[in-house]
Amino acid sequence: MKGFFTVVTILVSLPVAAQDAKKEILKYQQMIADGSPVELFELEGEALWKKAQGPHKVSLEKCDLGLGAGVLKGAYARLPRYFKDADRVMDLETRLLHCMTTLQGRSPEDATKRVFGNENQPSEMEYLSAYVAAQSRGMKLAAGTSHPKEKAAYELGKALFFHRTGGWDMSCASCHGEADKRIRMQDLPVLHKREFARPIMATWPAYRVSNSQFKTMQWRINDCYRQMRYPEPNFASDATIALTTFLTVTAAGEPYRGPGTKR
Amino acid sequence: MRRITVFSVVGLLVFPGILSAQTSTDVQKVLQRDFHARGQATMDRVVQDGVQRVCTESNDRPPAELAKQMEADQMKTIAFPQGSLIGDWKNGERIAQNGRGLQWTDKAGAGGGSCYNCHQLSPQESSHGTLGPSLLQFGAKRGNGPEMQRYVYGKIYNAKAYNLCSQMPRLGWSGTLTPEQIRDLVGLLLDPASPVNQ
Repeated sequence: MKGFFTVVTILVSLPVAAQDAKKEILKYQQMIADGSPVELFELEGEALWKKAQGPHKVSLEKCDLGLGAGVLKGAYARLPRYFKDADRVMDLETRLLHCMTTLQGRSPEDATKRVFGNENQPSEMEYLSAYVAAQSRGMKLAAGTSHPKEKAAYELGKALFFHRTGGWDMSCASCHGEADKRIRMQDLPVLHKREFARPIMATWPAYRVSNSQFKTMQWRINDCYRQMRYPEPNFASDATIALTTFLTVTAAGEPYRGPGTKR
Repeated sequence: MRRITVFSVVGLLVFPGILSAQTSTDVQKVLQRDFHARGQATMDRVVQDGVQRVCTESNDRPPAELAKQMEADQMKTIAFPQGSLIGDWKNGERIAQNGRGLQWTDKAGAGGGSCYNCHQLSPQESSHGTLGPSLLQFGAKRGNGPEMQRYVYGKIYNAKAYNLCSQMPRLGWSGTLTPEQIRDLVGLLLDPASPVNQ
């Protein structure tokens, strides 16, 4: 944490030019990546994956994430994808939810009662995402693109990305549409372009140092819409899955190297 | 939030080559199905008004004639207060720094202007965004006469009256800022004593 305070001190005490401050932030990001607590979330996620839960008193070990029951290696890199048993395109969180309700027999209300954690207590979904995603490290992102519903999800995600509405007339492209722009000091990736989407999608889900929390892609989309002054997206809704599909297909081919560590 | 119904002909306009497989009407239906109201962020917000519809469908490049007509309609939403529009720049600086307002996590009522999210203003604030142009020296370069005051007030109140598909929120029209807060922001930009103009 010492490095963090050094950066803060530099930012507030000196009228440094924005460029210098950005260099300091970059240095800081490299520093924290080494000591990231991501591994702790992966370990906790593994324990939850193997823990018998719900009315059926079974674990998630037989959950089929797309490569067969219980196959974890490389599964995350192939999501979102179409699942025949649900007749739907699903991202990681949606599929986990599906396994909680089908395998474990939990009610949707029970399985979704706490999908986003806070600084005091991470959510089950966050721990599980860390565990599952970690087992795709080094695998190329290859979300589904062949099934008609996968194609439709991509097209819907793309349309959502450019759709302007909400209290402030914003689309995703309002912030993520042009190169070399920032909000405050935060650089904004142009997410409909391959070269920008690749490093971003290869590092979610991620640990966020600024609030010491592990965050999922569902959360990332939720919090963008909050700041865009929209109503709240339903967790695991087709709209959110479509956006993730659009972004992940745009990032196709990038080796997964998450869970990442973000500012 | 007030919604202005803009001619239904908008929906019939065709912008070749820019529509993906999903029309904005389709997307709106998806948003109405897949989003829910939370706090002050109510579901009427995903019903596009004419500006949002035209800008979405034209990829922010509306036909010039239509844009002119719709900008004039937006101009009619601005109620300019009487007298000087230059308020208290010190309060304006606080409003510019404040990024709250209209989110489901914010309490209802006036928030901040989120100005520094996108613009450079006072030189002391190095943590500023770059989505909008730098406003450093804004008043020093342009003067602060009645016409300039009117322009700045109007632009903050409803940016779409000046540039239909501007990315800048309609801060007065949307209820994010009160007329008094906008006057204070005009002060921040135009008062010769404001740090913006040092």
